[in-house]
Amino acid sequence: MKSLKELEEIRNKALCQIDLRKKGEGIRIVVGMATCGIAAGARPVLSALVEEVSRRKLSNVTVSQTGCIGACRLEPIVEVYSPSSEKVTYVKVSPQMAGRIVAEHIVNGNPVTEFTIGYHEQQQQGR
Amino acid sequence: MRDLSLHILDIAENSLSAGSSLVTIDIKAQSDVLTIRICDNGRGMSEYMMERVKSPFVTTRKTRDIGLGIPLFALNCENSGGGLKVTSAPKEGTQILATLGLSHIDRPPLGDIAQTAAVLALTNENADFVLTASRDENKFSFDTRIIKETLGGVPISQPQVSAFIHQYLQEGLKQVFGGKEI
Repeated sequence: MKSLKELEEIRNKALCQIDLRKKGEGIRIVVGMATCGIAAGARPVLSALVEEVSRRKLSNVTVSQTGCIGACRLEPIVEVYSPSSEKVTYVKVSPQMAGRIVAEHIVNGNPVTEFTIGYHEQQQQGR
Repeated sequence: MRDLSLHILDIAENSLSAGSSLVTIDIKAQSDVLTIRICDNGRGMSEYMMERVKSPFVTTRKTRDIGLGIPLFALNCENSGGGLKVTSAPKEGTQILATLGLSHIDRPPLGDIAQTAAVLALTNENADFVLTASRDENKFSFDTRIIKETLGGVPISQPQVSAFIHQYLQEGLKQVFGGKEI
């Protein structure tokens, strides 16, 4: 059973590593968490993003949430804001896709085109 | 909404967008009644809004005129032999009290409460959350204020900390509800 004692040990180790984050310029990943997002499956996506970012120890990345983005039919929606490029909006994101977004976009800097809203809309029009 | 943990997350999101700094979630299973109470210290609602909030055609968002969070939750409560009560006062906060028949055939399952709590705690560093869960004599509580005090400046989203919180919640809730889906 986990206890708060263990948390204290984690804290002491973390303080030794001096990983107190540099705030400011970093990448922000935002997940739409209004009723529409939650009903479409945003919670496991948000959880997967948090887990992936922490597993890879990406200290300049924050994962946060927002309300309804206004395109409920495309939820779960994930937006990536980075200081060096334009906002990228991913639509109908699954936890598996979230893993790829972190690996390819956040770590390697290549947005996953086939998950973006632009690509999605184009496919819809082509039909 | 597939389960009650998603409804709880949805209501807690409302609390956060109402500017709450503390949200308490209390889940109690006792003598065939499941009680879920969610309290916040956000900006609250006027009496006028409180009366109308269960209507799907009432919302404060500006992207569209429909708000389904509370009506869907209320419907699930009523369908399982209970109900949903909203009390609120401007500037003081809002309380949602949901009751459901524990063994009622139409009651949605409780779902993954640990994930709901973890997601709330880990992605809202500026707000605090208290979760208490009990079934008969078994109790579990989780309080981000205590966690943050123990951490003393180390961020809650620090990798080892977030892994700890996930496990801590999972194990604690398993103890209360016996690991079975309720």
